Amino acid sequence: MASRPEVVAPPEIFYDDAEARKYTSSSRIVQIQATLSERALELLALPDDDVPKLLLDIGCGSGLSGETLSENGHHWIGLDISASMLNVALEREVEGDLLLGDMGQGLGLRPGVIDGAISISAVQWLCNADKSSHNPRLRLKAFFTSLYKCLANGARAVFQVYPENIDQRELILNAAMHAGFAGGIVVDFPHSSKRRKEFLVLKCGQRSVNASMLSRSKNEDGESCSDEDSEDEENQTVCISDRHRPRKKPKKNNKSGKGKEWLLRKKEQMRKRGNVVPPDTKYTGRKRKDRF
Amino acid sequence: MRLLTHNMLSSNIKGVVNGFPLRIEAEKVVEKTVEMNGEFLKKMFEKIDWKAFVDASRAMGPEEADCSMLDSDEFLNRFHHALLELHLEEGALVCPETGRRFPVNKGIPNMLLHEDEDTDGEDSKDGLTDIWKVGVFSVTG
Repeated sequence: MASRPEVVAPPEIFYDDAEARKYTSSSRIVQIQATLSERALELLALPDDDVPKLLLDIGCGSGLSGETLSENGHHWIGLDISASMLNVALEREVEGDLLLGDMGQGLGLRPGVIDGAISISAVQWLCNADKSSHNPRLRLKAFFTSLYKCLANGARAVFQVYPENIDQRELILNAAMHAGFAGGIVVDFPHSSKRRKEFLVLKCGQRSVNASMLSRSKNEDGESCSDEDSEDEENQTVCISDRHRPRKKPKKNNKSGKGKEWLLRKKEQMRKRGNVVPPDTKYTGRKRKDRF
Repeated sequence: MRLLTHNMLSSNIKGVVNGFPLRIEAEKVVEKTVEMNGEFLKKMFEKIDWKAFVDASRAMGPEEADCSMLDSDEFLNRFHHALLELHLEEGALVCPETGRRFPVNKGIPNMLLHEDEDTDGEDSKDGLTDIWKVGVFSVTG
């Protein structure tokens, strides 16, 4: 089995009945998913007022991440493209409502109604073009724009992603920024290749992001520490230190000393040395026409 | 699918201007008891599109929700029942503009679009979004 399911088959085909059951019966995956969703919920930074929120779980699969949301008392709507995964979710009697849909086609929700969105290991699927009509850039754009619309002002969206490489991470981040989101990437356990987890934390509405919250990512000891990567992604500024440098040096006038007389004198010199020199004519030392 | 979700859901087909509300064609409706939370209901009341909600609850069954003071327990109970306890198990959602049917099986509406219905983000011209775009573009580029 390849290490990345994205390269094997499209999600609705990869997660067939057998794979969906396997996925949900693996206690390791269940545990990882629960940890990830809890961390995502933490990063979502919902107001601490004990009022249940209406959340969105994008790529909810068999509802493993939704269970964490239910445990915390929230209502949620789950979206997934794999019918088999949703069937498993039905069997497990998850509390949220399930939708069969493709996030790359946009979400189709009313504006400003959702209090927050989480997505565990799903967005990287959008970077693949599984059909000829798919364009990852457009699908990412459709997804993030529709998500931006349906989120309430000040709401957050947290995506746990496994980008394949730097380009993919940039593609996702750029699509999110273009849709209007502010935010950045939080990296947990940056020094461990296995435990390393990336969270894309996006905020809707206000431009200012609580930087202190974002830049705190978990370290090996479970303590919070500021991380270089996430800082760089957040504070994207354009350096303008060279602004006052003159664009071009003024051109020197090299014409002095290279007129017709200078040329004739040089030719005479060469002739005296016995070199073959073209004869002096009316064309000698004359400037070429502009159109040459 | 609960009416809560139905009230948030709109049709996403290319070219549809107002895909809300989706008409409900109910074949089978089930009830599941859920614990009531008054705070949540009051919060949701602000977000619910009331007309669509009333129409939807009529389509689900004979029970009608009427608008009265939020403080009365009687109202909250009925609101709670209609919003969170009624599930559309089998049936369809119909796009109000194009008449496209989204089938609902085992409580899961199938919102997948065909390729020619896919918007692909082309018509996502939002005034607000454009402003953001300009502001962010120069920074990330």
